[in-house]
Amino acid sequence: MTAVLSPRDRRSLQRASLKHRLAEKGVDRVLWLLVPGAVFVALLFVYPFLYGLQLSFQPKGGGNPFQNYVTFFSDPYLADTVWITLRLGLPAALFNVLASIPIAFRMRGRFRGKRALTTLLVIPITLGTVLTAEGLLAFFGPTGWFNRIWMALGADEPARLTHNYWGVLFSLIITGFPFAFLLTLSYLSGIDPTLEQAAATLGASKRQRFRTITMPLLAPGLAVTFCLSFVLAFSVFPSAVMVGNPAGETHVMSIAAYETALRDNDFAMGSAIAMLMALVMLIVIGVVLIWRTTLYRGATGGKG
Amino acid sequence: MSIKARPVVWLTWGALIFFMLNLVGIVGAVVTNSFAESWFGTWLPNGYTGKWYGEAWRDYRLLDVLVVTFQVAIAVVAISVLIGVPTAYALARRTFPGKKLLNVLFLLPILMPPMTYGIPLATVLYKFGLAGTMFGVIAANLVPAVPFVVLTMTPFIEQIDTKIESAARMCGANTVAIFTRVLAPLLVPGILAASILVLVRTVGMFELTFLTAGPTSQTLVVSLYEAMSSAGIRPQQMVDSMAVIYTGSMLLLLVIALRFVNPTQLVTRLKEPA
Repeated sequence: MTAVLSPRDRRSLQRASLKHRLAEKGVDRVLWLLVPGAVFVALLFVYPFLYGLQLSFQPKGGGNPFQNYVTFFSDPYLADTVWITLRLGLPAALFNVLASIPIAFRMRGRFRGKRALTTLLVIPITLGTVLTAEGLLAFFGPTGWFNRIWMALGADEPARLTHNYWGVLFSLIITGFPFAFLLTLSYLSGIDPTLEQAAATLGASKRQRFRTITMPLLAPGLAVTFCLSFVLAFSVFPSAVMVGNPAGETHVMSIAAYETALRDNDFAMGSAIAMLMALVMLIVIGVVLIWRTTLYRGATGGKG
Repeated sequence: MSIKARPVVWLTWGALIFFMLNLVGIVGAVVTNSFAESWFGTWLPNGYTGKWYGEAWRDYRLLDVLVVTFQVAIAVVAISVLIGVPTAYALARRTFPGKKLLNVLFLLPILMPPMTYGIPLATVLYKFGLAGTMFGVIAANLVPAVPFVVLTMTPFIEQIDTKIESAARMCGANTVAIFTRVLAPLLVPGILAASILVLVRTVGMFELTFLTAGPTSQTLVVSLYEAMSSAGIRPQQMVDSMAVIYTGSMLLLLVIALRFVNPTQLVTRLKEPA
């Protein structure tokens, strides 16, 4: 007697085997849970982004699809925004990362008041850009407390620190430093302190230990911290308007994008600037991350 | 501690104290001005009053603004948790073709400056007539919030032993029971931490709300910005008292957040040496 499979049975067998083969690749019913998230990202992030991309190739007046980009690079008022933004974002991110290294170093381990000091360093996050801007204008302004002390110390004229490059840089440091510090501190506390202790028993000096043990383990984390700080500083908008000189020295890319899109209602040009903004940012981050791949990326000895 | 390291230590603490002094000055200037009768060109104002708070509260209709802020924040938190946690679960438990791509897609909204995707998003929302509504503001704020929940919850779910789920299944629990009676209680601390961080981020999110909000759907940050850029009509002290109200509410949120989350453990979940 031979077992004869009815077509229906055969189909269900095939379906079962397909299910098994898919399950071996990790595709099973659990993946249905991804659907809301995937639909969400597609609908609210990918679709608008692609829509903006194709819109940027449809200039308002018609004609050459690259017209918006040509306009951007041939108009110095717009083209200069790239350098203005980088000139603000790179130093701010670099300063925030470099300054948080020694401070995070002092904050390792346990000591009295550590929690209070951490909270104090995190407080600027709550200030928000507007209070920071108001405060900078009042504190560093020509008749503010800073310049009063500055004059009392014997300066001839008040330092010009608001409505220019410096005001925006200060606001970027005040809002960006807490983030950089928190990230650096968490990367640093992920490095096993016994590695340094072992080096110390072998006679390595403090400087040697820092240069050859802590730094190589910390560097990949610093690269990520730099990227995130740069993104924060790069998208500067409210403070560049309020404490900066939005029509001149601090006419950053986000101001240009906002003004063309929502004030002049040229969404095509605005999208083109937004796309260029994304491109510049991805280039900087790409360079940093490529450099990061050349670094040691093994375990940091953390007891995770 | 070696003698050589001393200057570095002094420099570090010195720089920190200088930073803090400036910070105190910046915050102090705003707080002082918000209580000032009038203040021009002197060390301290020539009189103190609390009236600006009342006037700011009335003139800027802060109660309405706070209600809108609260509604937007709660909606964003609830929706981002509902979408984000299942996604994080699937990402934590399965490896499947295309997972890398999905991971990148969930990372990009956090990595991109809000302006770069905010402008195309605002364009799309305007096209469908959704810009200026509460729905538009909530949708825009969800863009970074959902990936944020996914990113913080994935490592959290990874550390829950899969054997617990298997054991529950062996004892006869179905999928729904596993989710509601086994996983949910274990996930509550993580969900709470993620929600609070999303709440803080949403209340503080300026760009996306600014690009998509209309007159009736402004959150506190945006109306604060509007108040400041249209200054001159109203006294500076009113804007300052509004800024103090904003910072006060943010500070309250952050203090609550810090009770539940140790910020330094978000990246590398390490146990602090006891």
